[in-house]
Amino acid sequence: MNVDTDTNRAPGTSATAAATPVADVRRPRRVPGWAAPAVVAVLLLTLPFSTLPLPGVLEGTLNSPATLHLLATCLVFGGLATSYDLLYGRVGLLSFGHALYFAAGAYLAALLMGTLELPLLWSALIAVVSGTALSLVLGAVSLRVSGIALAMVTLAFAQAGSILVIRDPGRLTGGEEGLSLNPDTVPGAFIGVVNTVNLYWLAVAYAAVAVGVVWWLGATPVGRVWRGIRANEQRVSVLGVNPYPYKLAAFTVAGGLASLGGVVYLLVAGGVTSAITTAEFTLTLLVMVSLGGAGTRWGPLLGAVVYTYVDHRLLQLAASDVFDTLPSAVRAPLSQPLFILGTLFVLLVFFFPGGLTALPGRVRAALRDRGRATTAP
Amino acid sequence: MSTVVLLVVTGLGLGALYFLIASGLSLIFGLMDVLNFAHGAFLSIGAYATWWASVHLPGAGPDGLGFLVSVAFGVAAGTLAATLVELGVIRPLYGRHREQILVTVGLSLAVPALVQAVWGADPLQFPRPALVSGTVPLLGAAIPTDRFLLIAVAALVLVGLLLFGSRTRYGLIVRAGVEDRAMVTALGIDVRRSFTLVFAIGGAAAALAGALGGLYFGVITPFQGTSLLIFAFIVVVIGGTTSTVGCAVASVAVGLIQQFANYYTVAGLGDIAVVIVLAAVLLTRRGGLAGVTAGRVA
Repeated sequence: MNVDTDTNRAPGTSATAAATPVADVRRPRRVPGWAAPAVVAVLLLTLPFSTLPLPGVLEGTLNSPATLHLLATCLVFGGLATSYDLLYGRVGLLSFGHALYFAAGAYLAALLMGTLELPLLWSALIAVVSGTALSLVLGAVSLRVSGIALAMVTLAFAQAGSILVIRDPGRLTGGEEGLSLNPDTVPGAFIGVVNTVNLYWLAVAYAAVAVGVVWWLGATPVGRVWRGIRANEQRVSVLGVNPYPYKLAAFTVAGGLASLGGVVYLLVAGGVTSAITTAEFTLTLLVMVSLGGAGTRWGPLLGAVVYTYVDHRLLQLAASDVFDTLPSAVRAPLSQPLFILGTLFVLLVFFFPGGLTALPGRVRAALRDRGRATTAP
Repeated sequence: MSTVVLLVVTGLGLGALYFLIASGLSLIFGLMDVLNFAHGAFLSIGAYATWWASVHLPGAGPDGLGFLVSVAFGVAAGTLAATLVELGVIRPLYGRHREQILVTVGLSLAVPALVQAVWGADPLQFPRPALVSGTVPLLGAAIPTDRFLLIAVAALVLVGLLLFGSRTRYGLIVRAGVEDRAMVTALGIDVRRSFTLVFAIGGAAAALAGALGGLYFGVITPFQGTSLLIFAFIVVVIGGTTSTVGCAVASVAVGLIQQFANYYTVAGLGDIAVVIVLAAVLLTRRGGLAGVTAGRVA
């Protein structure tokens, strides 16, 4: 999976590809490195001003509240998946407990606003700081083991959190019902269907922060050590660099970004349920990242947006009468979202290694091979 | 006193269940470096196949020999599923551990969902033979009889696995493969055949755990395996990931801790207590009780 996913190069380094034309027959890249983020940012920022109807793709026009809400959810999960990929794709740490930090942010903020009636800004601040501290402490313990044992240990911690939330011994978390957002402590700009556009801005801001932090850290010396750890942890330690603090830093930053995402999710969704604490939710993040392409610049964001959108559409289809015409042997499995998710996962591993962002390259390579076959028989 | 006895036997019963799941996991993990999430799916398959056989299969039923036939059918179904999974999706990804894990994750989501699509999400009443349905008085406590059955079966499986490891040729290959797979391969022994065998054994043990879990809980649900699996993971980490005996010790410890903490504190804290023990083991004995994990990298 790690083969050729390292697209996180500084803009200038593509010149090396041009300097060795033997190895790379493609044209040197003329588009500057900031162009793609700028285009995406402009696109996202102008979306709410568009009244473009997309029949079949979206229910209402682009700026209808339902569409904006869906897009906001997509973007929150996009930022969250990017934070997960900081661990999985960039450092090579397989964590099965990322949901814990997301849920910690959402639940803590909901509790602070609900029971203590703290204003949004303070609640968010305390929730994010606590979520980050939690990931620091649990990361410090979990990272004492590596590889598959790390996956099991992070899963165990997240499961403990999930049990705590669902069993609800302190009568705080609302069990499986979850908590709803206390509207009294939230500024009026984030309340009501008319203000969905503000929640959308918030989601855009969160996705931008998550993507920005992950990209920026990837380009720093720390990011280089992370890439080294992903490639070969033993070699990094032989070079005299202790991998542990670097791994812990990645774990903490990813956890902090996830808890920030939890706060944004609380606002966008108007509440939290125990579904975001489960191991299945972390596995969903893993699907999103693998779908888009692990360790790539846009992969996690793209994968999360595509996944969340498809998931939403499938739920709509399952609720409508489209599936009723199918024989029950086909309809019954299709009505199980987890069946579709799991099958998608298996197919991804076998047929789309590298995810969506690797597709253009694979198509190009296939075309080139075919071109070679025809010109040089 | 009677409460303590009841808690001990119930904890041992739960530990027996954990051991049946965790032993297969630790074998697969030790030999193949695969964290087998699909193990919970094998458990569901075993449980539902046993239930199906007791209702539909001629000669099988809820009682006596009929129940044995049902369980045999369930175990056979689990073994078959595990073999097919190994040959179909694990083997093509040979040497790519991370992709192997991802595939089993996909199966762990898809298979229980499929079971749910066919038989519904509601718990199904599991057939209970008359022989193990009552309670037995022991030191003043009334112990459900099925707990003894669970403990006896787990002990038999433990002995069987130890004999398999020490007395058979395949056991030798598996043990050597756990120690140094590259060397065994270099000696010209086909480790892959033992992969399939180990996967089949693991699937059989998981399916057996599914059938016995049905007895323990009285009902079966599609996602029962998934929740049991997480504790089996904890058992595997505490037990040191590759040793069968370490696995048995950790299973018993986890089962007992869970029962006692759940009874003497708030319900649900037992599950948390297990995780705290896991953290403590990690902090004091890096890499579990047997200390093999630390050097492994996915």
